[in-house]
Amino acid sequence: MTLEVSLAHAFDGFELDCAFSAPAGVTALFGRSGSGKTTVVQAVAGLLKPGRGRVRLEDRILVDTAARTFLPPHRRRIGYVFQEGRLFPHLSVRQNLEYGQRFSARKSDSGDFAHIVALLGIEDLLARRPGSLSGGEKQRVAIGRALLSSPQLLAMDEPLAALDEPRKREILPYLERVRDEAGIPILYVSHSLAEVARLATTLVVLEGGKVVAAGPSADVLSDPAMAARFGGREAGAVLRGKVIRHHEDGLSEIAVDGSTLFLPAVDAAPGSEIRTRIDAKDVMLARKMPQEISALNVLKSRVISIQPGSGPGVLVQLSVGGQNLLARITKRSAAALGIEPGMTVYAVAKTVSIAPLDVGKGTA
Amino acid sequence: MAEWLAPQEWQAVLLSLKVALWAVVVSLPLGIFTAYALARWRFPGRQLLNGLVHLPLILPPVVTGYLLLTAFGRQGVVGNFLEENFGLVFAFRWTGAVLAAAVMAFPLMVRAIRLSIEAVDTKLEQAASTLGASPVFVFLTVTLPLILPGVLAGSVLAFAKAMGEFGATITFVANIPGQTQTLPSAIYAFLQVPGGESSALRLVLISIAVAMAALIASEVLARRLQERNGLAMRGAA
Repeated sequence: MTLEVSLAHAFDGFELDCAFSAPAGVTALFGRSGSGKTTVVQAVAGLLKPGRGRVRLEDRILVDTAARTFLPPHRRRIGYVFQEGRLFPHLSVRQNLEYGQRFSARKSDSGDFAHIVALLGIEDLLARRPGSLSGGEKQRVAIGRALLSSPQLLAMDEPLAALDEPRKREILPYLERVRDEAGIPILYVSHSLAEVARLATTLVVLEGGKVVAAGPSADVLSDPAMAARFGGREAGAVLRGKVIRHHEDGLSEIAVDGSTLFLPAVDAAPGSEIRTRIDAKDVMLARKMPQEISALNVLKSRVISIQPGSGPGVLVQLSVGGQNLLARITKRSAAALGIEPGMTVYAVAKTVSIAPLDVGKGTA
Repeated sequence: MAEWLAPQEWQAVLLSLKVALWAVVVSLPLGIFTAYALARWRFPGRQLLNGLVHLPLILPPVVTGYLLLTAFGRQGVVGNFLEENFGLVFAFRWTGAVLAAAVMAFPLMVRAIRLSIEAVDTKLEQAASTLGASPVFVFLTVTLPLILPGVLAGSVLAFAKAMGEFGATITFVANIPGQTQTLPSAIYAFLQVPGGESSALRLVLISIAVAMAALIASEVLARRLQERNGLAMRGAA
C-alpha cells in the first residue's frame, strides 16, 4: 500500500506545492506550524478540496483535479486521528469505538475489537463517557476508533501536540505498537523532532509549503544540512540496535553495529530491536580512545563531513558501523583536533543525557 | 376536573392542546430543515428565507391571519388546490387553527434550533465522515443528538406560542365553539358576555398552569440531555 501525493493549493497568501510518496510504515510530515502539513493531510483525507493535484492510494484515485475526481471523505477509508481527539460526547467509549465499524467494507468481528482495545490498553474505559477521560486516554480511544473503521491508511495530525510530557510518554509506546502491528501506512504530522525520530520510517520535511527533504528518516535526520534547518540545538541522529541484556544497576546494554551502547533501563526484552535518538549537542569527540572518563558510551567512528553553522559551532557527521551519528562541537575544537573527513575519532555520549522519551522500539 | 369546567370551557382547553400539539409535530421537521439550511448553507435567497421565516414575528397577527385567509381560504389559490386534490380544508376548521398556530410559532422554533446547530462543533461531524458516515448519517447520529436540547427548547417555545395564539387564529378561522374556539378565543368570548368573568378566570389559570408545566418539563429534560451529552456544548471532547 503506497500513497502518492501531488498537491498545489493557495489560500490566504500561502502557497502549498508539494509532491511525495509514502510507502509502508510511518511517513512523518515534519515542519514548523504554517508549513502546510495539516493542509496536506486534510487534502489526503478529503476534508479539503485542493486547487490542483492528485492523490492516489495504491490503485485508488482519491482526488484528481485534472480528471475532476473527488472522492468524499466517507468513501476514502482513511482513519483520521485529530489533535483534539474529537470523540463524540453523546456516546460512550464503546459506542465511539464501534461508530466506524458499521461502515467498514470488511466486516470487522469481535476479535478485531478485542485485539485493538487490548493493543491500546483501553479495556477499562469502555463504559465511560469521553468527558471523563484524561487527554491521553481520549487520544488512545480516538486512535482505536480510527483503526476499527478498517482504514487503508491512518492519518494522524499532531496526535500528541495537545498533551503534556508524561501523557506523551504514556502514548508513544502505543503508537509504536500500532505502527508495528496495524499493517497499514501511517501519515504522521508533527513539529516535534523527538516524536518524528522515534516513530518515522520515512521523513518528509515541509517548509513554506514546499518539500525541502524526503527519504528514509535515519538519512534525513543525520544529514547535517537538514540538521541545520531543524535548528542546530535540536539536531540529532537515530541509532538502531539490539538489546543484549539488562544490568542490575539499571542500565541496558545495546549492540549497535559492532559497538556497545549503555542506555538507562530500556523497556524491551533482550533480543528486541530498539532505536534511540542521540542529540548532536550531547556527543563529544576525541582523537584517541579516552581513558578513565565517566561517560559509558565511546563509539569508534569515522568522520564523513563537517558542516559549519552560523554560530561558533559545527556539525560533524560520523559513521558508526553503517549508521550515521551527528556531533555538535565548536569550530575551535574542530580546528584544535584537526578533524577532517575520513579520519577516525571516538564519539563520546553520556548515558544519562539520553532521555527515555528518545528511546523507542522497532527498527523501522 | 370536568365538573368545575363548563363543557364549552373544557372543549376550548382540549382543542387548544390538540391544536398546539399538532402545530409543533407538523412543523418540527420543516423547522429543523429550515434551521439547518439557515445555519449551514450559503445559497442565494438565504436572507429572503430568513426574513420570511421571521415575518410572522413582526407582522401584526391580524395581517398574518388575513394573508392566510387569502391564500388558504376556500377561494384562495393554495386552499382551493389543497381542497380539490387532497380534500384538505383549512378555512373555519380546527386544521386552520393548527396552520395559523404553526405559522406564528415557526420563527421561535427555528430560532432556538438554529442557535443549537450553530453551537455544534463541525469538527465532530468531520470526524464522523472520516469514519465512513455519509452526510445524512452524520446528521442523524451526530448532529441531531447534539442539538436535541435545542430542538426540545424550540418545541416547547412553539407549543406555548401555539397555545396562546389569538390574532391570526381568530382572523383566519373565526371563533366557533367546538371547532375553532381555542383557549385565548374562549377567554376573549367569555369576557364579551355579562357574567363570563369566572369562566374566563378559570381558563386564564389553566393557561398559566399549562405554560408553567411545559417550561418545567423542558428544563428537566434539557438538563438530563445535557448531562448525557457530557460537555457537548463546550465543544469537542
